[in-house]
Amino acid sequence: MSLLKRRRPWIARQGIVRLGTANPFPLKTPGMIEWAIFTDRLTRVYRRPRSRRAAVPANEAAKELVALDQVSLSVRPGELFGLLGTNGAGKTTLIKILTTLLAPTSGVARVDGLDVVSQAALIRPRINMVSGGESCGYGILTVRETLWLFSQLYGVSHAEARRRIDHMLEVVSLRDRADTKISHLSTGLRQKVNFCRGFITDPKILFLDEPTVGLDVTAARAIRAFIRDWVRERPDRTLLLTTHYMMEADQLCDRVAIIDRGRVLAVDTPAALKKRVQRYPTFRICLTPGADGWQSLGRVPGVHQHAVTAGPTAIDLKVSLEAEAVIGDVVQQIAGSGARILTLHKVEPTLEDAFIELCGHGLSDTEIGE
Amino acid sequence: MKGAALFLRAMLARTYPRIIGTVRMPSWLLQETLLPLLSVSAYVFVYRAMNAPEECTGFVLLGGAMAAFWLNVLWSMGAQLYWERDSGNLELYIIAPCSMMAILGGMALGGMLLTLTRAAVILTAGSLLFGVRYHPSSWGMLAVVFLLTMLALYGLGMVFASAFLLWGREAWHTVSLLQEPVYLLSGLNFPVRAVFPPPVAWLASLIPLTVGMDALRQVLFPPSQGSGPSIPYILGLEAELGLLAVLSLAFLFLARYSLGHLERRSREEGRLTVRWQ
Repeated sequence: MSLLKRRRPWIARQGIVRLGTANPFPLKTPGMIEWAIFTDRLTRVYRRPRSRRAAVPANEAAKELVALDQVSLSVRPGELFGLLGTNGAGKTTLIKILTTLLAPTSGVARVDGLDVVSQAALIRPRINMVSGGESCGYGILTVRETLWLFSQLYGVSHAEARRRIDHMLEVVSLRDRADTKISHLSTGLRQKVNFCRGFITDPKILFLDEPTVGLDVTAARAIRAFIRDWVRERPDRTLLLTTHYMMEADQLCDRVAIIDRGRVLAVDTPAALKKRVQRYPTFRICLTPGADGWQSLGRVPGVHQHAVTAGPTAIDLKVSLEAEAVIGDVVQQIAGSGARILTLHKVEPTLEDAFIELCGHGLSDTEIGE
Repeated sequence: MKGAALFLRAMLARTYPRIIGTVRMPSWLLQETLLPLLSVSAYVFVYRAMNAPEECTGFVLLGGAMAAFWLNVLWSMGAQLYWERDSGNLELYIIAPCSMMAILGGMALGGMLLTLTRAAVILTAGSLLFGVRYHPSSWGMLAVVFLLTMLALYGLGMVFASAFLLWGREAWHTVSLLQEPVYLLSGLNFPVRAVFPPPVAWLASLIPLTVGMDALRQVLFPPSQGSGPSIPYILGLEAELGLLAVLSLAFLFLARYSLGHLERRSREEGRLTVRWQ
């Protein structure tokens, strides 16, 4: 009641808000989700030093660089959320703000319900961050000592730290290098150590910035599998992942935000994002050479478009339909004309298709320094 | 984990790399002890050529030992956060729940223990080589003066560390800029009050090294010994002890405040994570 009195004295005076009366300032609506990560119109503007303005083309030499522009996102507890964007899209800036390393220029950012500016000290015990392609610690320390050092900054007991370190080294196949000095490790192995560092503090919310960049295929696969299991292991764990590997975002993330030039263009599940770019179900049909059943496909009701590529060994037919069920009529039409179908499969749009559709360019088309 | 326990745990963890580094890279022993001993010897020979009082040899040895702490404060405390930022560790320290004062405290403790070894070697070897005898008026007082000097000196180092967090590459130049003038003003190789006029000596005593050295000399070479009375000191021993206590508190308080303030400014300006600037 004291909070109510402070904020809304006129309501407190009346006791309770009567049923049927609209509450103009609800503190918390029924069923309201306590977001793990929440941003509202979050903006970050970097001021370019005068000396650096001369080094960029005239059309880009503005005094300010808008790295994040009115970004509004909500991530549920237990969610594995992906940020997909090109270099310089604003992904890392967003992570830096959420991990209390950078202050926003305007807007709101909350982590576990806490404000990143005024409650940074309360956020820090609950989070951790791993930046891919980075190493951590000191070359003079061994792998185990490095991980122990960082566990101590979070107050992890020695026994628990040892247990977690052993487990994580097993995950990334570094158990046999536990007593090797960091300075003797390759870049990829140092990156694995850094990855372990993020998990040994058992954070409630973890930020992974390009975690598999530069890793070999096997290591990247093991890490992706671990990430998935880690989030599923406990429902209160949340993971925000930035990546520009489409496949990684598609495989791992419950939802993905596509971010480009500081703006969030879309937020949805990977399946829903892909669906957006495919209004018409598309099938690819391979026919025996010389078959001519496809010529009358345009007359089949429900066929939106069809295209053919005739080769010496097969005829490749791509048909888009107004409804998926129309494929039955198409097959019947082809079979009825005497042509033989070699293969038939549905063409699924990729996340990259969705990205290109939304951004107007692919992931590798732009290189904007962040 | 409660604040104090976390502070201690983090501080000891950050001390660890410094300690273990000395064990794993023993080559430092040669560089950190033999070479400074050579430069100390040069001053001793100059004093002997001038027929200076015997205490002057002891002053030089003490100066050689204490110079190690000053260098440690400048290079391993002041500029350290700058290196930590470039190596990517700073942002990991910032996002950790422990206080940055614990990290700085760990750096200070590790550096202090390491430098203590260097100082002890210089003092012992120098004393044996040049036959210097110490007559401390009180071992307890010696310990108090030394600890207060360390506290004030490393408190100053923490202030530098937070300032350098904002200055970036300028930190390098600032360290160089501070090194030699402080050597002069702190009277590492001579008694300050015997060379500088009183206003300069009083101003110089705001540098913890100056007043700490002066107090240590008063304890190690009390006036009743040899030609002690002929050498003037900046202030009386009690006054210097009081000044050291005030400086310790002031620098530690200032370090805590400036660290918070500069961290906030750095977050606003985006300097915490900008490397190679």
